[in-house]
Amino acid sequence: MSLLIYGLITSVTLALYAVGFSLVYGVSGIANFAHGAIYILSGYFIWMGLNLLHLPYWLSFSLSIFLTAFLGFSLYWILLYRVRGIPLAELVTTFATGVAILEFMTWAGFSGIRFSLPPILNGSVEIFGVFLDLQRLVVLASGVVLVVGLYLFVHHTKVGLAFRALAQSERTALSIGIESDWVGSLSMALGSAISAVAAVAVLPLGIMEPTIGYEVLIYALAVAIVGGLESTPGMVIGGLLIGYGQLITAKLFGPKWMIIVPLSMIVLVLGIKPSGIFGKSKELEERV
Amino acid sequence: MEKRLRKKRLDRGVKARTDTIFMVASFKDITYLLSPRVLPVLFFLVIPPFLGPYSEKVFFHACVYGLLALSFDFLASCGLFSLGQSLFFGIGCYFVGIYDHFLGLPIYLSIPFSSLSTGLLCAALLSPVVRLRGVYFAMITLMLPMLLMRLIEATGVMGGTHGMPGITGFPNEILGLYLGIVSFLFFLFFLRKLMGSDYGLVLKAIKEDDRCVMSSAINIYWYKAQAVFIGASIGGFAGAITTHHFQFIGMSSFALDYSILPLAATALGGQGGFAGAALGSMILVPLSEVLRELGGLRMALYCLILVASILALPEGIFHFLSRQYSQFYTEAEVD
Repeated sequence: MSLLIYGLITSVTLALYAVGFSLVYGVSGIANFAHGAIYILSGYFIWMGLNLLHLPYWLSFSLSIFLTAFLGFSLYWILLYRVRGIPLAELVTTFATGVAILEFMTWAGFSGIRFSLPPILNGSVEIFGVFLDLQRLVVLASGVVLVVGLYLFVHHTKVGLAFRALAQSERTALSIGIESDWVGSLSMALGSAISAVAAVAVLPLGIMEPTIGYEVLIYALAVAIVGGLESTPGMVIGGLLIGYGQLITAKLFGPKWMIIVPLSMIVLVLGIKPSGIFGKSKELEERV
Repeated sequence: MEKRLRKKRLDRGVKARTDTIFMVASFKDITYLLSPRVLPVLFFLVIPPFLGPYSEKVFFHACVYGLLALSFDFLASCGLFSLGQSLFFGIGCYFVGIYDHFLGLPIYLSIPFSSLSTGLLCAALLSPVVRLRGVYFAMITLMLPMLLMRLIEATGVMGGTHGMPGITGFPNEILGLYLGIVSFLFFLFFLRKLMGSDYGLVLKAIKEDDRCVMSSAINIYWYKAQAVFIGASIGGFAGAITTHHFQFIGMSSFALDYSILPLAATALGGQGGFAGAALGSMILVPLSEVLRELGGLRMALYCLILVASILALPEGIFHFLSRQYSQFYTEAEVD
């Protein structure tokens, strides 16, 4: 039973990592390899707000989310805007930016036990005979809220409509008056904000370290690919598959086999059905 | 109304002459044609004896990364955007381990054998996925070396996390360096020739419009598998000479560096035409050594420089330079 519940929490965490990444990729076609760096950076924003500026809890959370969104937005206009349409340059730019951020934080000494965030809710509850701290429930709740909220946003607002239009065909979207750069930068902002929300929920569970950024990137890629690169329900399924797969592997073979699960799943899914379990719109494009 | 001017590019006279007329007469024409090709080659062949032991190592590394960048550029110009140069590199390293350590082959056999075996193994491994396009192929090649690395860590084959020391080294250091340089130059000109031939035309066409090539009754998957074989052999060769040079095999040969640095070099130097990839790796590898003095800040600065140069010259340094070499600007009136 505890395996089941903790597996669920892990899965939701993984899905949280992936939602922002897949949103940006699905809308603007930019594989944002700086995703992990943005995620961990937002955690440090919160820490700075709490410890350096002594802001109250909720203010520093929302400030961090806002700052991260602004960061994604300006990343688009400063860097990506100039190299749009050259996939190689896009990829190198985002990856190098991410590594630059992470390595700078490592150099500046942003690691260690003092860099931890206090949990939003203290205490623990007992569910089906399993003790669970409340922060893990916050993760669960924020995962559900984010996925549902994103689905509603993309399907029932005007900006969401523009997102879907751009995802389907950039040229057609341009011809009916959707400014693709604006929508692209908005998607970057929203994707970064989502990763900040994920950081708010997940990071209090452990201490913060810049190396988490790389890990988050790998998991985000794995979940996004397994679930299908632009589908929101795919994120949930991908997260569940990889989360439970990891737990079961760790139980059967030992923890050092854990990282093999997401990697081999990526390879398998790409080899068999590259659009992922839920992706369908790009079926024709990704293979000939 | 105010007269507005725009920049207009025109080919230099000497370029126009040497492009079309093949009975080149004047000394100036010949110099124009040959100097960008001969001067770098001369530089590469003459410089090694004057280097100290440290710069020799750096130079060797630059050649190895140059080979990987060539392999990346070759695959990219066939429409296979590979992020996994370290897959080829690492497999090449471990094949040397098999041939040298377990079979006891001499060095002049183990290098060619391991590069060919790398080519065959990678072509076999990747042939199911050559039908993937764009970012999907990139992702799978990015993940495969990580997976292999973790598998070696988990199962402990070939020395596991500790690696295997005691591989036969080159008879002397300078020989290894020259092998690196000569093979680097050889593959550079070989690939340029190859892409100019009819065979290369098919590969280029696959990148531009694969369905069009299919409709000409050409099996593009077979061609792509061949391209993977060539690219992987070059990568495996780079791995093989590195292993013999350092006399050690470890999991680090699947490290992300060997995938990212060639990619960055190609992005910096300019994709397509191989000279850009070569130039980029000759700039980036020494640069990363210079930055080594800065310690922890090294990677961050390195990435910043990379981003800045890509933003300043998105087409790459080489294409910019070659345009300056063959064209000039005039001011033309805007109508």
